[in-house]
Amino acid sequence: MDETPSASGRSNGPALSPETMKRAYRDMLLVRRFEEKAGQLYGMGLIGGFCHLYIGQEAVVVGIGLNMKQGDKSITSYRDHGQMLVAGMTPRGVMAELTGRSGGYSHGKGGSMHMFSREKEFYGGHGIVGAQVALGTGLAFANKYRGTDEVSIVYFGEGASAQGQVYESFNLAALHKLPCIYVIENNRYGMGTSIERASASKDLSRNGEPWGIASRKVDGMDIFAVHEAAQEAMEYCRSGKGPFLLEMETYRYRGHSMSDPAKYRQRAEVEEMRRTRDPIETLKAEMLRSGIEESVFKDIETDVKAIVADATEFAQTSPEPDVSELWTDILVEA
Amino acid sequence: MASLILMPALSPTMTEGTLARWVKKAGDTVAAGDVIAEIETDKATMEVEAVDEGVIGKTLVEEGTQNIAVNTPIAVLLAEGEDASAADDVVRSSDPAVGAPVAIETPSDPAITEAPEVAQAEDDRDWGETSEITVRQALRDAMAAELRRDEDVFLIGEEVAQYQGAYKISQGLLEEFGEKRVIDTPITEHGFTGMAVGAALTGLKPIVEFMTMNFSLQAIDHIINSAAKTLYMSGGQMGCPIVFRGPNGAAARVGAQHSQCFASWYAHIPGLKVVAPWSAADAKGLLRAAIRDPNPVIVLENEILYGQKFPCPVDEDFILPIGRAKIEREGTDVTLVAFSIMVGVALEAAAILADEGISAEVINLRSIRPLDTETIVRSVKKTNRIVSVEEGWPVAGIGAEICTVAVEQAFDWLDAPPARVCGLDLPMPYAANLEKLALPKPEWVVDAVRKQLRD
Repeated sequence: MDETPSASGRSNGPALSPETMKRAYRDMLLVRRFEEKAGQLYGMGLIGGFCHLYIGQEAVVVGIGLNMKQGDKSITSYRDHGQMLVAGMTPRGVMAELTGRSGGYSHGKGGSMHMFSREKEFYGGHGIVGAQVALGTGLAFANKYRGTDEVSIVYFGEGASAQGQVYESFNLAALHKLPCIYVIENNRYGMGTSIERASASKDLSRNGEPWGIASRKVDGMDIFAVHEAAQEAMEYCRSGKGPFLLEMETYRYRGHSMSDPAKYRQRAEVEEMRRTRDPIETLKAEMLRSGIEESVFKDIETDVKAIVADATEFAQTSPEPDVSELWTDILVEA
Repeated sequence: MASLILMPALSPTMTEGTLARWVKKAGDTVAAGDVIAEIETDKATMEVEAVDEGVIGKTLVEEGTQNIAVNTPIAVLLAEGEDASAADDVVRSSDPAVGAPVAIETPSDPAITEAPEVAQAEDDRDWGETSEITVRQALRDAMAAELRRDEDVFLIGEEVAQYQGAYKISQGLLEEFGEKRVIDTPITEHGFTGMAVGAALTGLKPIVEFMTMNFSLQAIDHIINSAAKTLYMSGGQMGCPIVFRGPNGAAARVGAQHSQCFASWYAHIPGLKVVAPWSAADAKGLLRAAIRDPNPVIVLENEILYGQKFPCPVDEDFILPIGRAKIEREGTDVTLVAFSIMVGVALEAAAILADEGISAEVINLRSIRPLDTETIVRSVKKTNRIVSVEEGWPVAGIGAEICTVAVEQAFDWLDAPPARVCGLDLPMPYAANLEKLALPKPEWVVDAVRKQLRD
């Protein structure tokens, strides 16, 4: 979406304009701060049940989001807050759903793992690992059925890539040349099981090969690399060539969910990733090199903090759903 | 401004925990993400990370303290430039950290789409002239009519297009509607069902044919978790207008894996509708209603009925309401409640009973969920006896539900305990003689009625 050359002159990615870099920085920071706050509210007992944070993986969803256009659909698993914010859903509506309040996207009836927006073409938020892959293939099917050039973005983890329906979906999408971008967010651990212990396939980007699905392995911690790969995948899909697979090598800093004892990996590993590969810091360094002033970051930080604070206030003051909500939305009344 | 760090909840079930160790101490500077303490929960020892940056002004609980309730202040975090005295101020002035939610005006940001307009089927209408057609033709005609009526409707499944349907239900549909709307799939129920549900979430109206309902088990997660629950989980934003259909129950000599009734399975699920046609009119009217319904509907057909002929209204607009039973035969001494192929068995039983001077009323349920309890209860209040007839297994079956309805809503009118006639509680055998023994027959129903009249 971005044609203005950047001053940064990176060799391993397309140039991004200063404006696009600012937008990307702001979006990644919003996801980070939103998730930190969600973690905090969980600790205070304001968010219940399961809560899976996106911290560390921000470049993936933001880099792809830079290439999405009106009408493109997206769907993901239960680690979904980042996808929703990037789809344009309001931080207020998302946070209030986390706290189970009437101002939430599902009026408090969905929770962290089950949120949707018809308006923003976000199709959830799914609690069953791998289910979103077949459903997302159906979103792409609908695009093709209606004859649009819209694309369906289907996010799933490397853990889900062991599910059979993923490969049933690959086959169907390739057979019908569906405009579907499969994004494997390989954060190395499916709950507490490392990819080495879960997958005999050592290169997940090749998992679509038997069906001839075009693919790329991407540094998912680098917004520039993600942006470039997403651009290629989008063009490929929009031109009717069929599905595209992107394996994003990324990392989650926090536990699988809030109740993760973190015994399956070393703290040093997490620290090392944060220190050397953090997607937000990496982009910031690049922006500074390109001549963007420090004050810009301060302004963005202030802006993002205010948005998150507002969402938090809303999520705590929005009333619980009326008891009448218990019995609505079970069936559409014909 | 100084703030309190509270004892966090670190699992869905944690209400209290032990502060095992302080990693940071008073005076230490922390950044967001730094580990400040280790806490033992009901599940594991976990690290607590700082959410904000600042300086630890004071710790409020000793290492090793047990049973610290969630949300108890455990430390004070000082902002830049504050000294330790600010810590005491914030502890003194601390209210319970989180107030109860208060009612305020709710902004209406989440978008809600309107439910699509759906033609209401008229109840109990006389549809006039009929002609004899098979159940197979009725199902085919229903799909053809709805495919003609609505571009968003499409048929997808194994062998539905070029092969013309494994049971010839979709004969001629590929020719009329083309491969865009009559779609052959690989043998991949989990995949194509998920794909169809995804398409339905965008507003398309798929008809998913399972070669038999037995194979829907491969896809049951999408039927229940994806199709039935999304409307509720999305706060009414995202309905799933989809039909899952195929032959259900025992066919003939196909053994245990291909002979099973799923009425009870699917009727259990809020968010689904379930219909089970018997006659050609049922098949045509209910399938048309199912395709137009904005909700997921399971249509349980029966292979043995496919070739049977029944009178069916010829009116082009013919449709039946979901949720309404039909009294196939009126009677005064006992109510027989059945669905699908068992309606025929109940009618045969009623004829035998008539020869003995017993007048049986036969209710064809047509719809399993929602269940037409009104018609059942009204009939029981008239006949004072009820026998349910189903091909499926007895335990937690539809018969159990019907008998409960009678007991709960017509107890004082009952002259005998409600009775169930069911398939035998065993996997279907292959041998012809054994299979025959496993399935309900009119004599079983007659025996159940005689017992009620005798006792």
